[in-house]
Amino acid sequence: MTAIRIQGGRVIDPANNVDSVKDVYIDSAGFIAAVGKAPDGFRTENTIDARGKIVCPGLIDLRARLREPGLEYKATMESETRAAVSGGITTLCCPPDSYPVIDTPAMAQMIQSRAWRFGLAFVHPLGALTQGLEGKLLTDMAALEEAGCVGVSNALEPITDTLVLRRAMEYAATFGLTVFLHAEDPWLRNTGCVHEGEVGTRLGLPGIPEAAETVVVARDLALIEQTGVHAHFCNLSSARAVAMVAEAQKHGLPVTADVTAHHLHLTEHDIGYFDTQCHVRPPLRSLRDRDALRAALKTGVIGTICSDHQPHEPDAKLAPFAESEPGISGLETLLPLTLRLVDDQLLTLSEAIALLTVKPAQILGVEAGHLGVGATADVCIFDPAAHWILTPDKLVSRGHNSPFLGWEFSGRVQYTLVGGEVVFELGGTA
Amino acid sequence: MRDDLQLDSHGRLRHLLTIEGLPRQTLLDILNTAESFVSVGEREIKKVPLLRGKTVVNLFFESSTRTRTTFEIAAKRLSADVINLNIAASSTSKGETLLDTIRNLEAMHTELFVVRHRESGAAHLIARHVPEHVRIINAGDGRHAHPTQALLDAFTIRRHKGPIENLKVAIVGDILHSRVARSEIHALTTLGAAEVRVIAPQTLLPTAVEKLGVHPYTDIRAGLDGVDVVIMLRLQRERMTGALLPSEQEYFNLYGLTQEKLEFARPDAIVMHPGPMNRGLEIDSAVADGPQSVILPQVTYGISVRMAIMALIMGGTAQTDAAGGRPA
Repeated sequence: MTAIRIQGGRVIDPANNVDSVKDVYIDSAGFIAAVGKAPDGFRTENTIDARGKIVCPGLIDLRARLREPGLEYKATMESETRAAVSGGITTLCCPPDSYPVIDTPAMAQMIQSRAWRFGLAFVHPLGALTQGLEGKLLTDMAALEEAGCVGVSNALEPITDTLVLRRAMEYAATFGLTVFLHAEDPWLRNTGCVHEGEVGTRLGLPGIPEAAETVVVARDLALIEQTGVHAHFCNLSSARAVAMVAEAQKHGLPVTADVTAHHLHLTEHDIGYFDTQCHVRPPLRSLRDRDALRAALKTGVIGTICSDHQPHEPDAKLAPFAESEPGISGLETLLPLTLRLVDDQLLTLSEAIALLTVKPAQILGVEAGHLGVGATADVCIFDPAAHWILTPDKLVSRGHNSPFLGWEFSGRVQYTLVGGEVVFELGGTA
Repeated sequence: MRDDLQLDSHGRLRHLLTIEGLPRQTLLDILNTAESFVSVGEREIKKVPLLRGKTVVNLFFESSTRTRTTFEIAAKRLSADVINLNIAASSTSKGETLLDTIRNLEAMHTELFVVRHRESGAAHLIARHVPEHVRIINAGDGRHAHPTQALLDAFTIRRHKGPIENLKVAIVGDILHSRVARSEIHALTTLGAAEVRVIAPQTLLPTAVEKLGVHPYTDIRAGLDGVDVVIMLRLQRERMTGALLPSEQEYFNLYGLTQEKLEFARPDAIVMHPGPMNRGLEIDSAVADGPQSVILPQVTYGISVRMAIMALIMGGTAQTDAAGGRPA
């Protein structure tokens, strides 16, 4: 490894209240040596010219499916961690619903060691909350935590037995583990595949009512209060659910929440005539819901934006809408879609970067997401003025399933560093 | 996403997938052309040569008797070669995707697919992936659309009641699951009906149905008050098991069309049903077979309307002459 000077960029490091043009010095061990002046005796071996660029901590994505193990025909850990770093993401968290499920320490370790081997993004697994995600028996949560799991979750599988959920929360609370919750009532969802509203009615597609989300949020909040567990609501999609979480936070409940980048930009109307690229779970809802999700970023009720990356092979989307597989390949649009919120004057640039760095780091409880001296040098350098159009050939991910193909974005990643090493350079060979 | 899938750059009909978004004039062209084909069915030799040498494939992934048969008769009266394929669930169980099936059939150089599929959006999916020269007619996709049924209903209404602009129409029954209802709503509102009402218990009314430009009613007597046309929908018996309805008896009592309930409509109102009927469930036999019923004429007109649609889509510009003169 070489000592690096990142020269002349606008450094935005919200965790340390930094927003000014400075040099960043990275020592040969891969840690931040200084921001501003070179430390005594620092010998620059490699200089990255960052003039006119933004230099910020590497981005953290709270939820990305890498498809390995189990669905390697869709994507692999290598292909998707490469896609992550090309989008400026240096740390990501994968849900436990791989095949097999991450419900043993061996599985958790295997995922981390595979990711480590490729040396691209850091991958933190979430452990299963119940064995096989079946909602019946608890997992060895202490051992899962020991094996590197940053939290526990039942992913998209419902826990319908409220007693099991209560005990799982209590057990997780014993070890201070955060429980990641997906609020979706399986009976109210039924066969639904779109928001139950105007568009679903027009297209004759079975709807998922807002109540499928709020019923479960209400139940879970009652159990969070009862058990005192730290909980995180994944992928809120409705205005009412946001209001319920806001109310709980106001009363001091230890709850956080995230939203996907696509729910901040799309609504049910983007489905048009059955565009399966807009088939996501939870569904895209109304304009009112989208606006409430945006407002919740500003108030802090929602603490981070994630990609909810779900790469698919082309056939997965070449089916009638309800039979197509839900999900978007989102790693490479996470930053551009977040920067759009700055263009829309919803967020300042610093707020936007905080939502993708220090804030998700806090939710995960990981030491990342800032550029303080001594921190691991995970760095994203992007050109805020670069205008580009998303086309399939630009996607590094094996999944080209994106409703944002053809969109024009401003802001493009130029370099990504993980542990002081350049793992991505736009147009380069890294 | 292309929204111009149905019309070519000159505004001519390429595919018929849904009524939604079609210009009023396109609907009127279809209805007017259908008028000219009515006489063909009354002749001794019921054939015109418009589609001679063309191959029409009736591709039914879901079973149907009436719709498939009338499409077949319509295509044959236009002198096309017709192939009927009832695929049901067999191909998908062999692992072949919907698009695989279509590609195989294209390779056989067919020109027009008439498609019925259990999933909403299937016809759009197919239309997006066929070559330029292949045409698609949607014969029913999931709960989404059944445009030819809506057009033949509009044709029936026009024949029996005159211009649709002056009429109040009520659609009664399982609106939630009905592709017929959705297409009828678009057809009637596009053709400028004075009012379109939908009548059902709340469990069978879709969310935000009023956004489609209709007035929802849960009381059939209030809903039928003063209407010119009553369209009854078929009720699938499995609705009883999905906790949507308690019993057939209760449904018939509340929403089944009886002479007593029909009295609330205008005295000269007509009664329609897309078939197949459940007598004694959504409609009383006395009404179905009564003087106000136009249920059998609907079937007859279905042939003329489907001939008109196929002729227009296949680009026959001289169809009215070929059929023996323009309609009055």
